[in-house]
Amino acid sequence: MTRPWPGALAWNLVLWALAAVAMTPLCRVVVRAFQSTDGSLTLDHFAALWRDGSALGWLVNSAFLASAQTVLVMLSSSMGGYALAKHRFAGKRIVLGLMAVTVLLPFQVTLPSLYELMNRLGWVGGYRAILIPGAVSVMGMILYRQAMLTIPDELLDAARIDGAGEFRIWWTVCLPIVRPMTGALALLSFLGAWNAYLWPAIILQDESTFTLPVGLANLSSMPGAAPGALMAATLISIAPVIALFAVGQSELLDGLAVGAVKG
Amino acid sequence: MMSTPPRRRRPRRIAAAPYLFLSPFLVIFGLFLAYPLLRSIWMGFHRMIGGADATFVGLDNYRFLLRDRMFWLALANTVGFTVAFVALQIPASIALAVLLDRRRIRGRGLLRFAFFSTYLVGPVFAAVIFSGILGAPRGCINGIASRFAGHAVTLPWLTDPRLAMASVLLAALWIGIGFGVVYFAAALRGVDPAQHDAAAVDGAGPWRRFWHVTLPALRPAVAFMAMVGAVAGLQLFELPYVLFSGAGPGNAAMTLVMYLFVTGFQAGDFGYASAIGWTLVGVVALPALAIGVIARARRGGWAS
Repeated sequence: MTRPWPGALAWNLVLWALAAVAMTPLCRVVVRAFQSTDGSLTLDHFAALWRDGSALGWLVNSAFLASAQTVLVMLSSSMGGYALAKHRFAGKRIVLGLMAVTVLLPFQVTLPSLYELMNRLGWVGGYRAILIPGAVSVMGMILYRQAMLTIPDELLDAARIDGAGEFRIWWTVCLPIVRPMTGALALLSFLGAWNAYLWPAIILQDESTFTLPVGLANLSSMPGAAPGALMAATLISIAPVIALFAVGQSELLDGLAVGAVKG
Repeated sequence: MMSTPPRRRRPRRIAAAPYLFLSPFLVIFGLFLAYPLLRSIWMGFHRMIGGADATFVGLDNYRFLLRDRMFWLALANTVGFTVAFVALQIPASIALAVLLDRRRIRGRGLLRFAFFSTYLVGPVFAAVIFSGILGAPRGCINGIASRFAGHAVTLPWLTDPRLAMASVLLAALWIGIGFGVVYFAAALRGVDPAQHDAAAVDGAGPWRRFWHVTLPALRPAVAFMAMVGAVAGLQLFELPYVLFSGAGPGNAAMTLVMYLFVTGFQAGDFGYASAIGWTLVGVVALPALAIGVIARARRGGWAS
């Protein structure tokens, strides 16, 4: 089974070359963000963003919205997943059925009716119109339920005998056990919220409330946009999530591996 | 996915607890998903333009869809994109994942992260990046092609209707293969190495081992990926919308979700937009059902 070295070397070269091709668009962003028109290294584009201030505001807005939404999704999904995995109650089959039906539903079908509802509530333009509907995730509930099904009932019963309430069991017994799942799901929720465009673009009216995707789409559609500043803004939009995933990579891959093996 | 939990003892003394735990989900799900869904069915049967009072029009919106050339264009663009995307993403991802899985690959973790990092770039940001790469005349793809061809290549990637969807596909694959590689690399960990060794002992070469050992073991992962890819592909919106600041040359990049968005939020026709939305639901449900049924028939219970 041992392969001669020239073969292994060739496959290494092929893979590294393909990785270089995949990275080229990102490298181009970095280069253009730091390059002045005559080709020399410059921080002017970032300085321009700083002076203008709007892109930095979008960065703060995006960070706040994505973090808040991730926390809300994790809380609601782990609570719901715990009830569905470890409790018997009337209507459980209905809830599971509803989740199965809606997990693949294209949410865009509700855009007009949801907008009408937000308009009636007076929420258009505000972050609650994004955060509250986005606070639950059917996929998150399914994943938490699956993870918590593997926790032995004896463990929970022992905690109950010790006098722990259901809330404490959820928080101190179940959540620590499903921690790997929590890490993977948190990263993916954050990524989804960070990159979300369609609903925020509909809801957010004032430029100072924009998120990075909404602001950048707006900026790039303007004919007079400076390409260097656009690339600098793109860089500050993608660098945070890439850094976050570089740190959390192993957690995510373990979570993915479990999901991929289970199918 | 939805099997009933293995359970030996019924929990005592708690009746309200599961409902309390589910209440955040149930309230938000009911108010912001279930209600808007039902309301959008109702909207699809009404004419409601620019916030004017709704008038019941029966099936008029759906009847109009049948004669609406823009709708058929959007449907054809969306389905064509999705078929091409899934057909290219899955083989390319499997090939890269299998390469990554070979022995003696140096810097495997770094390579995996390099491929995966493209998936982290949101569609809006990817569109901004690719508009610079593809945009004529100084676009970087044309520059590279010119160097190889020896003469100036000036393909109008973003201005020719025939190339518009190819540009979108290029950006979509750049994002999608990043996820596919990591997903299939994880799925490959579930392939039993003993089977490979047994096949190798029987004299099967690398190709035969791939076809007869690796690929069958990856079948559930392929079915999952095809379904996720199809569902995401049919919801294509941000990439073309930002790449072209709209529907592109000759509406060549118009998609179903874009048509829904334009109809509802630029033309203000909520009734018609809802009808487009329910057509989208039908189009998304079909491949999901088909792939689910095929996989279930092949394996006897895919979602268990």
